[in-house]
Amino acid sequence: MYAYKEYDQQLLNERVEQYRDQTQRFFKGELSEDEFLILRLQNGLYVQRHAPLLRVAVPYGMLNTEQVRKLAHIARTYDKGYAHISTRQNVQFNWPSMENVPDILGELASVQMHAVQTSGNCIRNTTTDQFAGVTANEVTDPRPYCEIIRQWSTLHPEFAYLPRKFKIAVTAATDEDRAAIRFNDVGLRIIKNDADEIGFEVFIGGGLGRTPLAGSLIKPFLAPKDLLSYLEATLRVYNRYGRRDNKYKARIKILVKALTPEVFGKKVDEEWQHLRDGALDLPNTEIEQMKAYFPEPAYETLENNPASLVDAKSESGAFSIWLRQNTNEHKKAGYQIVTLSLSPTSVAPGDVTDNQLDVIADLADKYSFGEIRNTHNQNIVLADVKQEDLYDLWKQLQTHGFATANIHTINDIICCPGGDFCALANAKSLPIADQIQKRFDDYDFVYDIGEISLNISGCMNACSHHHIGNIGILGVDKKGKEFYQVSLGGDAGFSASVGKIIGPSFNENDVADVVETIIQHYIASRIEGETFLMTYQRIGMAPFKEKVYAKNN
Amino acid sequence: MPKIIKNREVVEDQWTTIDSPEQDLATTDDSANIIVELAYWLENKVSLIARKGKVGVLLLGSDEPELFHQELDSIDLIAINFPKFGDGRGYSIARLLCERYGYQQEIRAVGDVLRDQLRFMERCGFNAYALRADRHIEEALASFSAISVDYQSDVVEKKPIYNRRP
Repeated sequence: MYAYKEYDQQLLNERVEQYRDQTQRFFKGELSEDEFLILRLQNGLYVQRHAPLLRVAVPYGMLNTEQVRKLAHIARTYDKGYAHISTRQNVQFNWPSMENVPDILGELASVQMHAVQTSGNCIRNTTTDQFAGVTANEVTDPRPYCEIIRQWSTLHPEFAYLPRKFKIAVTAATDEDRAAIRFNDVGLRIIKNDADEIGFEVFIGGGLGRTPLAGSLIKPFLAPKDLLSYLEATLRVYNRYGRRDNKYKARIKILVKALTPEVFGKKVDEEWQHLRDGALDLPNTEIEQMKAYFPEPAYETLENNPASLVDAKSESGAFSIWLRQNTNEHKKAGYQIVTLSLSPTSVAPGDVTDNQLDVIADLADKYSFGEIRNTHNQNIVLADVKQEDLYDLWKQLQTHGFATANIHTINDIICCPGGDFCALANAKSLPIADQIQKRFDDYDFVYDIGEISLNISGCMNACSHHHIGNIGILGVDKKGKEFYQVSLGGDAGFSASVGKIIGPSFNENDVADVVETIIQHYIASRIEGETFLMTYQRIGMAPFKEKVYAKNN
Repeated sequence: MPKIIKNREVVEDQWTTIDSPEQDLATTDDSANIIVELAYWLENKVSLIARKGKVGVLLLGSDEPELFHQELDSIDLIAINFPKFGDGRGYSIARLLCERYGYQQEIRAVGDVLRDQLRFMERCGFNAYALRADRHIEEALASFSAISVDYQSDVVEKKPIYNRRP
C-alpha cells in the first residue's frame, strides 16, 4: 500500500486546517450558504435529509487495519455507530454534525485518510478492480497507476471547478471488468500491445444518471509515459467546453456525444500535442518507484487444496457453498481471495457497525496481512487468505454476520441509501432490497438462479448503477407516490450495455412479485449453463414483458 | 481608489474598467489606464493603442486565447471574468495565456473571486485579484499559504512533485 511521504502528510494536515477555517468563517457569516456549499462539497460534506453526510475517500478501495479501526472509532464517537461502504469504494458517515467535521478530518489525517474531492465538481476518487494484484487474470497491478492519478488529481489547481463531477476508473483485468470502467468519465484499461509493451486503452464519456452511456474508445493505445499529459489534455478540453448552463447536461459524456467521439478525440489530441513530451511526462523511474509501494506480501510457498481444506469441504456443505460463492482464485498457490458479504437480509447493503469494523480489522491482521479492500459492490475483500485458514475464517465470519453466501447472487443487492436518508431521492430503496431478499430466502433456489446482479437506485442520479444491473430498479415519484421502474439486460463488464426498461412502473408492494416472475421465466427458458444475462440476450425483452404484465392484469 | 491584491500584496488599483466605452471613453482622461472588453479592443485597437494611458482587455468565459494570441504584445493587462466562483474556465484560460502564449504582464481575476481560490489562481498564472468589495482583502492574503504542497506542474512549479523530490 502507498505510504505517505512527509509532504503527503503535510498537505493533508494543511487541508484540515484550511477546512476548519472555512467552517469557522461560515459560522461567523463570512461565507454564504452557496459559497460554503462548494467548499464543503470539495471536502466530502453533503447536507442530507436528516444530517450531513461525510464521504471519506478510500483511494482505489485499499485500507490498512489502523485505518479501519479509526473508521470504527469515528462511527462510535461522531456517528450512530455505523458506516456505509459506497459504490465508489468510499466510506460514508450519515450522522456527523457539521461542527465536528473538522475534528473528524483531523482524526482521519492521523491515519493518512481524508475527504478531499469526494464530492463536488472535481476529479473524484479513482477506483479499480478489488482483485488488483492478487488475481492471476491481469496484465499488471493497476494500483501504482491509480496512485499516480490520485496525486495528479489531488488539489489540481486547474480542475477544481469543472462543469460537473469527474470519475476515473482503472482495470488491468483480462477476464472480467470488476471496476465498470466503461461507465466512468474516463475508463482506463491496461493492455499489452503486440510488442509486449504496457499501455492504456482510454474510454471517455461513460456514465449513468439521466443519460446512461458507455464510454467510447478514444485512444486505443496510450503509453504510460503519456498518461498524465493525456489526462490533463482531456480535462482541459472538458473544463473549457463542457456545458455549464444545465447540470443534467454537464458531464463529459454529453460533450463527447454532442461533438461525436471522433471530433472530441481530435480536440483532445490537438491539446495533447502541446502538453506531451513536456513536464507531465511520466518517467519510468517514477512508475518503478510507485510499483515498489505495492510489493507482494510475504507469501509462503504453499500447495493448492491442502488436506485441511479438502476435509472441511467434505464435512460441511454450508462451508463448501460459501467457498464457491464468496471466494475467488488467487494468483498464488495455497491462497484464496475472500469476499465478506455486507448485504445480509434486513441490513442496508454496505452498512457496517463500529464493532464489525473492528472485527474486520482483527481478521485482516490475523488472516490477510493487515489489508482490506472495499468493493464497488459494497462488500469487503480480504485478498490474501491462506486456504488452510479458510475454515477458521468462515466460522468467525459466520459469528459476525459476514458469511452470507450470496456474492453475485440475486441477494447481493447493490442499493443506495435512498429516500430514507438521501435528500435527492425520489423514492425509498432499502425497503425494496429487503422485500426482494426476503422473497428469495430459499438459498437452493438462489444458487440455482446463479450469477446475476440486481441494483436499486432511489432516483435518476443512479448511485447504485441500476442501468447496469442485469436487473435494475429505479424509484420514481409520481404525484407524491413512489413507483418503481424495472430494466433488464444491463451489463457493467467489458461489453458494457445499458439495461432496457421493461414497461410502465410498478407499485412498491409489487416489486418482489415482478422480480420473481422475471426470474421464473428465466429459469423456464434458460439453456444449460446460461446465466440470466445470457438468456436475456438470447431471447430478448418481449417474453419477459409479456409474463410480467400478464400477471399484473 | 479601490484596492486589489497584486503579487500577494494589497495595492491601490491603477486601472479603471470601462463598461460602455462608446459612451464613457470620451469623458475618460486619456492618460488613465483602462480595461475594455476584448471584442471592443479588437475593433478599436488602433485608437486604443494611440491613447497615452495603458489599455487592458476583459475576457468573458467564451473568449478563446487561440483567437487573439497574436495581439498579446499590444495588450497591457488581461482581466479574466469569473461570472460565478464555481465557473472554472478562467483557470484553463490563464494557463494557456501564460504557458502556451508566454504572456507576462498582469493577469487579473475579476468577478466572483473568493479568497479560497487565490492559490489555485496563482498556480494557473494569475498575479492580480479584484476581490468582491464586501470581502476582507487583508485577511485574504493568508489564503495563499494555506496549502504549501503542490503535486502538479503548473505556472509556479514547473515540474510535478516526483521531479522535484531530492
